[in-house]
Amino acid sequence: MTRDVLRDGALHAARRFGQIVFVVLGIAVVNFFLLRLAPGDAAEVLAGEAGAATPEFMAALRQQFGLDQPVHVQFAKYIGNILTLNLGYSFRQGMPVSWLILDRLPATMLLMGASIGFASILGSALGFLAARHAGRLTDTVVSVVALLFYATPVFWIGVVLIVVFSVWLDWLPVGGMATIEAGYTGIAYAVDVARHLVLPALTLGLFYLAIYTRLMRASMLQVYGEDFIRTAVAKGVSPRNVAARHVLRNALLPVVTMLGMQIGSILGGAILVETVFSWPGLGRLAFESLFQRDLNLLLGILLSSSVLVVLVNIAVDLAYRLLDPRVEIG
Amino acid sequence: MKAIWLRFGALAAAVCTTGAAFAQVEASKSLTAIVQPEPVSLTAALTTAAPTGVVSGSIFDGLVDYGTDLKPIPALAERWEVAPDGLSITFHLRRGVTWHDGKPFTSADVKWTLENVWQKIHPRNQVTFAKVTRVDTPDDWTAILRLSQPSVAILSSVNSNGAQVLPKHLYEGTDILNNPHNNKPIGTGPFVFKEWSRGSHIVLERNPNYWDKTKPYLDRVIFKVIPDAAARSAALEKGEVQYAVFSPVPLRDAERLSKSPNLRVETRGYEWLSPWLFADFNVDRPFLKDVRVRRALAHAIDLSALAKVVWYGFAVPATSPVPSTLPDFHDREAPKYPLDLKRAEALLDEAGLKRKADGTRFALSLDYIPYGDDYKRTGEFIKASLKRVGIDVNVRGQDTAAYTRRVYGDRDFDIAITWFAAFSDPQVGVTRAYWSDSIGKNVPWTNASGYRNPTVDKIIADVQGEPDPAKRIALFKQFQRIVLGDLPTLPLLELKFFTVEAANLRHPITGDQVYGSFRDFTIDARPRSN
Repeated sequence: MTRDVLRDGALHAARRFGQIVFVVLGIAVVNFFLLRLAPGDAAEVLAGEAGAATPEFMAALRQQFGLDQPVHVQFAKYIGNILTLNLGYSFRQGMPVSWLILDRLPATMLLMGASIGFASILGSALGFLAARHAGRLTDTVVSVVALLFYATPVFWIGVVLIVVFSVWLDWLPVGGMATIEAGYTGIAYAVDVARHLVLPALTLGLFYLAIYTRLMRASMLQVYGEDFIRTAVAKGVSPRNVAARHVLRNALLPVVTMLGMQIGSILGGAILVETVFSWPGLGRLAFESLFQRDLNLLLGILLSSSVLVVLVNIAVDLAYRLLDPRVEIG
Repeated sequence: MKAIWLRFGALAAAVCTTGAAFAQVEASKSLTAIVQPEPVSLTAALTTAAPTGVVSGSIFDGLVDYGTDLKPIPALAERWEVAPDGLSITFHLRRGVTWHDGKPFTSADVKWTLENVWQKIHPRNQVTFAKVTRVDTPDDWTAILRLSQPSVAILSSVNSNGAQVLPKHLYEGTDILNNPHNNKPIGTGPFVFKEWSRGSHIVLERNPNYWDKTKPYLDRVIFKVIPDAAARSAALEKGEVQYAVFSPVPLRDAERLSKSPNLRVETRGYEWLSPWLFADFNVDRPFLKDVRVRRALAHAIDLSALAKVVWYGFAVPATSPVPSTLPDFHDREAPKYPLDLKRAEALLDEAGLKRKADGTRFALSLDYIPYGDDYKRTGEFIKASLKRVGIDVNVRGQDTAAYTRRVYGDRDFDIAITWFAAFSDPQVGVTRAYWSDSIGKNVPWTNASGYRNPTVDKIIADVQGEPDPAKRIALFKQFQRIVLGDLPTLPLLELKFFTVEAANLRHPITGDQVYGSFRDFTIDARPRSN
């Protein structure tokens, strides 16, 4: 069965590759023109930040950024760059876009990986627990807690955690990704980064956790109502086995979908959490580049993001097939 | 909600102070500061943005520093002379100064930077140095600026931020704006650039070959990028950060932080900037083109209340575009517009804009510079003020790029609120708001009101070439009387920016400290206080 899945998957991937190219190019074109609707350009932002400007200074900046070229020339350049897998150059930052993205990637992966991992595992477990004890105290407690985390704004949780665990108890650092002053290396550095990771990952994770808990609970309760579960119960399968082998596996599909969506959004980062915790991730980079009208950089991030979303979608389809052999990959 | 929690936290922080953090700092003699927002480049000669200046000031020395009285103090220039006719300025440079890469600092660097950067790229200096026709360098330690007309303003803009000298040997013949050294600068200053981790921090290390052999005292300076205001407050309270400039925390937090035994809130060090907050009236709009309406608006706004309520006392009412922090130039006799609602109503009636049946007269839009909550609340305060005399104000928010395009490009606004640095000579920072040549050219921080007055334009041209300080002052006073009479721009407040710093940080304060260096900074050893 596994070999079938793999062969189908390979065929599927090849077919999807053509689609990817079209989808990604389409996204690139739409982005290019959409972003130009924002009033003001990068030269105006730089001049604005400088607190002073002259027409000559602005002209020099526009020439440096290539903004003095007509839009169709800029567009042709941009498409040419994409087709040669070149994300372009951020004039504002004085670096190629791909460097800037790669530079932020480890921090982003660490934060998103930790929080999504924590949230999906613990969230699914809590949802499982709640569904098994539906209507009883455990269920109520889990559901109320999940609702609370879901409804509380992320930045607020972040600030409260900082106040309690950093300022008040002095257990964990306020923000950033490492204690630069200390100049740690090796294991000490890893421990230091882990200490910095706890609060942001928890803040972001608690929100996701709520989603997984609710999703898992609802999904399991739905499966519990299916005929094959009644059959299994009638056959005398123990409730534990019914839950673990029959219900859980079938209830995992929406959870995998959610997981796929969240992994797809990794490159977008988590703007609020990164801001509150001064975490040097991609979300802030994208957010700031929007305000700075650094379109090359923003387009680069959006494009990478769209590629990731498409790839994760394929992976999710394959996962469906593994979880439920009845699913056909089309 | 955030504020409540932080106040809660403040109490906690005061109880369990952060001895550990302080002990660590003493051991490594390293200082952690905040730079926010993240700078776009680290070379102030090419980017006059505030965050760039904050970091760049420790990497590059200026020809001079400025005292709190705004008089120049020797730095890279040991002394200087202005010829009696005002047509030449001679800088005698310090000997034995080297760039961080070991090459000597000479008058050729000054000449090259003046001719290629200050006169061609630097947004403020193109005007300031416009009258320089030639720079003579008779030897490596003498730079003589030859002028076509006297130019008094030069001596008030030659610190490390106003006129930063770049290393000729690294910049000559390159594409200056794209030179890689803009982001990893080689300067002459007390600290050497080490590392810039984007989105996180910038590290500077002690310059072992600094010309002042005993300095700097610190081994390392780290600038952290901390985008969230509440997190900045927490980092300062906890002692993770010891220095933060440009009003780094919300005004309502500043007072609370100043009561902490471990922190100090300092408003000195910004004299060279002399920031003023103002409202530009678009004089091309139907209602606002009538000077009586503009004066009525001025009479309707209680500036003392604005300073107290919105700015928590970190500002004083402004009576002129030339702030009172420039005592020589500031005119006390210029027209004033004290709070007088009856006078405001009378002026509006006189202009034929009577109250309608619903009590309102007309509506205006107001755009504020999106530099934080304080500016937004200034807009809301003005909205409430003008409501009292029957004017409806629609407060509009947008990001900076959209704001500058709207105000300086499209001119699609009625009232626009922003602030300028006046600098120590009004020629540098004030007259640009009134000079008619820049109207509608989409150049930020110029004349937004659309005010055109040939007399004012002539004064602006004349002060640039006037050698006699007394005559210049007379011209500036005449200028203030005219523009305050016509009132295209209503000065609101003289802002007081503040620095939050650790109480055990010791350093003298110069008038340009915010853009100055950490050369003289020391950290007191202090027992744990629990």
